[in-house]
Amino acid sequence: MQEPNTDPAATGCVSSPAELSRRQFLARLSLAAGGTGALIVTVPVAGFILAPFFGRTAEVWRSVGKVESFKIGDTTAVQYEDASPLPWAGVTARSAAWLRRVNPDTFIAFSINCTHLGCPVRWLAEASLFMCPCHGGVYYADGTVAAGPPPLPLPRYPVRVKDGQVQIQTSPVPITK
Amino acid sequence: MLKRIFHQVWDWVDDRTGLLKMMGETARHLVPPDAKWWYVFGTATLCALMLQVITGIALAFAYIPSASEAWSTLRFINDTAPFGHFLRGLHYYGASAMILMVGVHMAQVFLAGAYKFPRELNWATGVLLLGFTLVMGFTGQLLRADQNAVWTVVVAAEQAGRVPFLGPWLAHFILGGNTVGGATFTRFFAIHVFVMPGFIFAFVGLHLWLVLRHGVSEPPQPGKPVDPATYRQEYQEMLHKTGRPFWPDAAWRDIVFCLAMVVVIALLALLDGPPALGKLPDPSIVEASPRPDWYFMWYFAVLALLPHGAEQYLLVYGPLFVGLVLITLPFLFNRGERSPRRRPWAVAAVFIVVVAIATLWVAGVKSPWSPNFAAPPLSAAIVGATNGPVFVGAHVFQTKGCLNCHRVSGDGGQRGPDLTAVADRLTPNLMILRIANGGVNMPAYAANLTPAQLDALVAFLQTRKISSPGAGNIITSP
Repeated sequence: MQEPNTDPAATGCVSSPAELSRRQFLARLSLAAGGTGALIVTVPVAGFILAPFFGRTAEVWRSVGKVESFKIGDTTAVQYEDASPLPWAGVTARSAAWLRRVNPDTFIAFSINCTHLGCPVRWLAEASLFMCPCHGGVYYADGTVAAGPPPLPLPRYPVRVKDGQVQIQTSPVPITK
Repeated sequence: MLKRIFHQVWDWVDDRTGLLKMMGETARHLVPPDAKWWYVFGTATLCALMLQVITGIALAFAYIPSASEAWSTLRFINDTAPFGHFLRGLHYYGASAMILMVGVHMAQVFLAGAYKFPRELNWATGVLLLGFTLVMGFTGQLLRADQNAVWTVVVAAEQAGRVPFLGPWLAHFILGGNTVGGATFTRFFAIHVFVMPGFIFAFVGLHLWLVLRHGVSEPPQPGKPVDPATYRQEYQEMLHKTGRPFWPDAAWRDIVFCLAMVVVIALLALLDGPPALGKLPDPSIVEASPRPDWYFMWYFAVLALLPHGAEQYLLVYGPLFVGLVLITLPFLFNRGERSPRRRPWAVAAVFIVVVAIATLWVAGVKSPWSPNFAAPPLSAAIVGATNGPVFVGAHVFQTKGCLNCHRVSGDGGQRGPDLTAVADRLTPNLMILRIANGGVNMPAYAANLTPAQLDALVAFLQTRKISSPGAGNIITSP
């Protein structure tokens, strides 16, 4: 079986200039029509997939416990829910922070994410150090880098006391640039 | 009678579709006669891919790609569903085999110089397929939807975050939002099950088409360089003179090797089983020790061992550079000697890459840079005292995190030097200096210890001698 030959020069018949321009027109029309169709589909698909680029979640304050439940000087892991989790997020909707009561009215909330590559750092209370289980990053009690690969101190999250409750503002996972 | 009907049906189908004849001709295309067992790895990769498609489809019959349910459906597949455990094992070891075979295939093609003219695009499409395969391995590990998966996504997002300008956007894209959440797993499911397989099918098709178009490369001979001006003609003459039909003269080796590979995969799946499911994918559980699957373990080591200052650049430009080198390789060196005997640098390159990956892999498995959170307290026999400064010092050593990173008589972490015999090499003053000031990989303890604690700690460390009575029970003198 042979493919139909579409090249007018090769078919042997001489095409008139009018016919040539008609072919050109039809070819361009087909390309334009196909391109337009593709564009109509591409816009919503790309927009849908790239949605996280545009989405801006309004951060909210989450209560993590009564002020009295935190001992002065202690640093404890507190859990709270993300700003606006999807209904099927399940346990992935949860976030954590290391919360320290510095004095009766002052709290500090440290991110649990190591600034090296985001692994969850652990607080060693007696040693007064945060240690990362992945690549050996260590931070001092104030969050500054003590050892290992982290390029930046541990980020802090906004924290406040309201109606006797300690509240942490939900935040994106801190990404080291 | 039956045979006659079969032939009639066969002929009818062939007449109406034209496919059977075409497939037969393709299967019997001529290949070089001495293409022996070295040539099986490409087919083995394809075979592993087929296994992945089939087992993957089967797993999708029960798996729900939702953050709240993926983990429990995996529990069901693993613990309850008939053959579920075996199937997970097949999919895991199939993935392992595919990555391994891609690597061996690539090394073989590189060593045999088969990427040279006219097969430059065979190699380039192969490099892309290597990339797609690695993405599949990575996203597959995430779909296990356990605690390890959560931290793997975060680590991936953090790496992407280091890309200049686009970094935060890419990180956002990988997480599927601000944090790991409901959107994360559905997105990775779509990538793993639809997007990447689509790319893989398209490029496997192109790759195979190119193999047919340019023919299977003949085994290299020293002193017979590739000259683009004459190569094609010589290759065709060789095929016509000595070529053998691929089916069955060469295909039988491919099929026997694939069978052996599938048997090994099945045995591993049965005897060793798939990787255990970790804790729930709860990002708020801080007790975690994230580790990648074995095929990325060497890269995990790279991330830990990169020089801290250069990391910002190497993390992004390193992989980019490697990809660029691989893709452009056949365009830069498309002629000349093919035989590894005449290409010592090519052999050296493969040797170095294999040794480097193996060494990094061992380092990744041991990960001595990770603090040992599970180190048992030092026993009384090791401490060698039940009261006094040495006893107090040993307590300080444990509670202040020293034991997480230093070993004493076999217990503890491996981040810092082994301190079993530290008193043999450091005076008390030098000890105080190091403890107080720290180092690149050690915190400075000056503000973290009271003078009494520091004295006790040094007293304890001063008893750490090979000949010390306290360590005598554990360590025998050399």
